[in-house]
Amino acid sequence: MGIKGSLFLLLGISLGYSLLIIVRKYSGFLSGIPLGKEFKPPHIRYDSRLLYALTLILLLVLPLIVGDYYIDVFILAGIYIILALGLNVVIGFSGLLNLGFAAFYAIGAYTCGLLTTKAGLGFWSSLPMSVFIATVSGLILAFPALRLRGDYLAIVTLGAGEIVRLTLNNWDSLTGGPNGISGIPSPFVFGFELSKLSHYYYPVLFFVLFTIFIVRRLYYSRTGRAWLALREDEVAAEAMGINTTKYKFLAFSFGAFWAGLAGALFAGKMRFISPESFTFMESVFIACMVILGGIGSIPGVILGALILVILPEVLREFQLYRMLALGIGLVLMMVFRPQGLWRRG
Amino acid sequence: MILEVKELTKAFGGLKALEEVSFRVMPGIILSIIGPNGAGKTTLFNCLTGVFPPTKGRVLFEDKNITGKKPYEITRMGIARTFQNIRIFGRMSALENVMIGQHSRSREGFIGAIMRTEGFQREESEIRSKALEYLEFVGIKEYAYSLAEGLPYGYQKRLEIARALATEPKVLLLDEPAGGMNPQETMELMELIKRIKGWGKTVIIIEHDMKVVMRISDWIIVLDHGVKIAEGSPRQIQNNPDVIEAYLGKEGIF
Repeated sequence: MGIKGSLFLLLGISLGYSLLIIVRKYSGFLSGIPLGKEFKPPHIRYDSRLLYALTLILLLVLPLIVGDYYIDVFILAGIYIILALGLNVVIGFSGLLNLGFAAFYAIGAYTCGLLTTKAGLGFWSSLPMSVFIATVSGLILAFPALRLRGDYLAIVTLGAGEIVRLTLNNWDSLTGGPNGISGIPSPFVFGFELSKLSHYYYPVLFFVLFTIFIVRRLYYSRTGRAWLALREDEVAAEAMGINTTKYKFLAFSFGAFWAGLAGALFAGKMRFISPESFTFMESVFIACMVILGGIGSIPGVILGALILVILPEVLREFQLYRMLALGIGLVLMMVFRPQGLWRRG
Repeated sequence: MILEVKELTKAFGGLKALEEVSFRVMPGIILSIIGPNGAGKTTLFNCLTGVFPPTKGRVLFEDKNITGKKPYEITRMGIARTFQNIRIFGRMSALENVMIGQHSRSREGFIGAIMRTEGFQREESEIRSKALEYLEFVGIKEYAYSLAEGLPYGYQKRLEIARALATEPKVLLLDEPAGGMNPQETMELMELIKRIKGWGKTVIIIEHDMKVVMRISDWIIVLDHGVKIAEGSPRQIQNNPDVIEAYLGKEGIF
């Protein structure tokens, strides 16, 4: 590993770590809902807002400090954080094992790609459509999935994911088949084209923060508690007056909402999309982020996404072995720390 | 009548777990349902709370037909329950468990949660303070912030009762609340159940511990092989020859 690589790894870790400290402190501070046995009331030993502001400034000036390659990785990490947080609502909060999440990601990306290249819409008008259509797809998939649990649900969602990918691959007239869609325009902001990666970094950063904000607030609410109850014990949840069907629908479509957003951002970044980006492995990869970081924990999932995006880049020199290392790492995780790196409370 | 069960039958394939069971429940009493293992007691609870629909018959709650309604709808109407095998939400704090009980008595949704509106914050703090009250009522307030799965068995049982109370029921169904408890804990539990009755709530209990049943029940229903074989006051049940023979054995254990 070169000097650059080591620096990069250090940067990533320190950045991730400081971000997590803040999110964690901020969480107790904001919600006022204690998390568990080890929770202590947030006595302010140091000003968490200051740390928060510093991290934000660091993230804002990042494109001025590091080169395009790093920014590229950070954008990708941001997109995956959005995806993983979305999937975390389904798997982590509600306990519904969804292995076809890449389908909604694909639907978001293709909606954006098609609307910008074929319908002549701009990126910013396509983005809400991507989110909307992905959300509706989430609702549709929830119908057959409602009656199923655990392994069976995983198989159905996996199948749905493959159906979407195969449709994109074979519907040549609309999706361009395996050739995909190219020439997706860069987004404009106030007449200024975000053609460079260092420009595109900012909307992605904004949406990452937006996602964290919204998901966090829902987590500490009546809706979030209902999801958690659903995960812990469906029968008891229903006996507590929770309409489990409604909350499963909500979880599926709300998760898909974020996948749609991430898909649109991905299309805008790559400016070229093809079915290859939305395979089953992609779904597994996102699920790994959720599981690695700590199922259900928001900072944990962010950590998981950062690790799984940044680590393979750092280990790029080792080529094929990096995936091997990743696999071994995940297996060891399951044995020694099944609750994930970042355990709740 | 707060609850009226009319000719309730539940068959699982050829096996009739409940057969033409009828009874009425006066408001504000403690009713015990007893019977040997496999008598259909838990099946009866499951039919009353909508876990599964009865094969035949009707359940009326405050003169409204609740047969075939979903469990969450029945909870909303005012019937709450605990489970024979503890079903708490393990990876959540005790407080959060009870807060979930308040689900059907609160209404803030997505928008309120995201905007943190005034209404949301008011409702949220109300839910919290009520949940703390229920925890205090069952005597485990100091464990409010502990993970539920880490609590001792007896406390988990109390937590389940607190959670059920948080749904603000008129009728509370307790499935073997004293199961697995030592005599001291059982005594405390009986006090707790009496206090719940003192609130004007109707309590229906499935219980095997005859000392508990005889001491706290106002009325007892005896099931055997899915059939109601007797009902009456504790004294009547103790002296009922059918009950003694079918359920308690000829020697009697009272």
